Amino acid sequence: MSQKRIKVLVSKLGLDGHDRGAKVVARALKDAGMEVVYTGLRQTPEQIVKTAIQEDVDVIGVSILSGAHLELIPLLIKEMKEKGLNDVVLVVGGVIPPQDVPKLKELGVDEVFLPGSSLKEITEKITRAVEAKRGIKIAS
Amino acid sequence: MLLEKALAGEELAISRLLTKIEYFTPEGLESLQELIKRSGRAHVIGITGSPGAGKSTLISGLISEYAKRGHKVGVILIDPSSPFSMGSFMGNRIRMVGKDLQQNVFIRSIASRGNLGGISAEALMLIEALDGLGFDRIIVETVGAGQTDTDVVNAVHTVTVVSVPGTGDEIQALKAGIMEIGDIYVINKADKPEAEMLYEAIKFALDSAEINFRDGWMPKIVKTIAIKNVGIKELVDVFEEHLNFIKSKGLFDKRIKDRRVKMIELLLRKKVEDAIYKVIKENFNYISQEINEKHNLLNLINEMYNNIKSSL
Repeated sequence: MSQKRIKVLVSKLGLDGHDRGAKVVARALKDAGMEVVYTGLRQTPEQIVKTAIQEDVDVIGVSILSGAHLELIPLLIKEMKEKGLNDVVLVVGGVIPPQDVPKLKELGVDEVFLPGSSLKEITEKITRAVEAKRGIKIAS
Repeated sequence: MLLEKALAGEELAISRLLTKIEYFTPEGLESLQELIKRSGRAHVIGITGSPGAGKSTLISGLISEYAKRGHKVGVILIDPSSPFSMGSFMGNRIRMVGKDLQQNVFIRSIASRGNLGGISAEALMLIEALDGLGFDRIIVETVGAGQTDTDVVNAVHTVTVVSVPGTGDEIQALKAGIMEIGDIYVINKADKPEAEMLYEAIKFALDSAEINFRDGWMPKIVKTIAIKNVGIKELVDVFEEHLNFIKSKGLFDKRIKDRRVKMIELLLRKKVEDAIYKVIKENFNYISQEINEKHNLLNLINEMYNNIKSSL
């Protein structure tokens, strides 16, 4: 009866106490019609993947402002692969140097959002990535 | 296929099956029928109360206590959908971080998707599914409830109403609606100074009632400080007492019947409401024009009523 809505997990990975950006993005995704599960600060890769499994999210959105993205994202991707989340979109946002973007994408991150990304760009890119990776058509 | 894996306990399969069920896909509905045949064993507990009362934090404690007692715990958390975008910001799980890493704990958030009344058709379908998958304690958190959000009463075995000190006096406790549906009243944040006043207010409301309480059970009041894990063990003891009570009265299965009928009722309501919204949307200008020009409300209502009927 209901039309499929994009379900997104928004989380903060690692030791990093700044969650304002994650909340703003989560709110924007809600306003774009997505169903957002927000789990907040200081999550381990294990916790994020467990929640993503139980919630059956289409997207994992991780915010990192600590500078530890190249250490933590590989651990998250490894955990995702081990638990069979091969068709779940992974997006990363936060304070990430532009030169690290290709490295993250090579690791398997679908989209990287740097400071200054517009909320419109974020919601659109997430929608497109979900359509491509999950094989569902999202009506606008 | 998914069902077999889910029955074998594969978590990702359980989760994906629940999605198929909540979106009414053919595979989902077929599996749900199969699961309903197996369901009817779990003790289903509803947790309701106003936003910020501490329902999620309380549930976090309940999960650990039930898991410690060897139960397989399923949790369904309902948060509101936006009336504007239909999106949802679901933040209940933030109060129970890490609890899902325990064995035999499965937590699922679901948006209310236009359902009113505190609980949703989809949530009731998920209860049946988790019950059929062998979870023997199922906790359902309603949306932050208002005074009239009482649908939970026909959806669970044990209704828990969570209140917090400082949000009203005896008069609030005497009002119709949510303050008369509880099997158990929890006073959370009981370390606040007004906790004793709230206790007296609820106790007065219960003691002064001449009606027979639901099936002869005298509602209990339990004080908790969920964030410090105070009173959680006692609360689970009261849940077990209530479970034994309804079993001894032969009411356990009756409430499952109520729950299943409620599920169908909510699904039908959704269907009819969709038709109402459609007709209203299509005829918005016509309706406002008719009201302003012809002043015949009865004709207008009958006309729209017929439109709704034919669009069903």
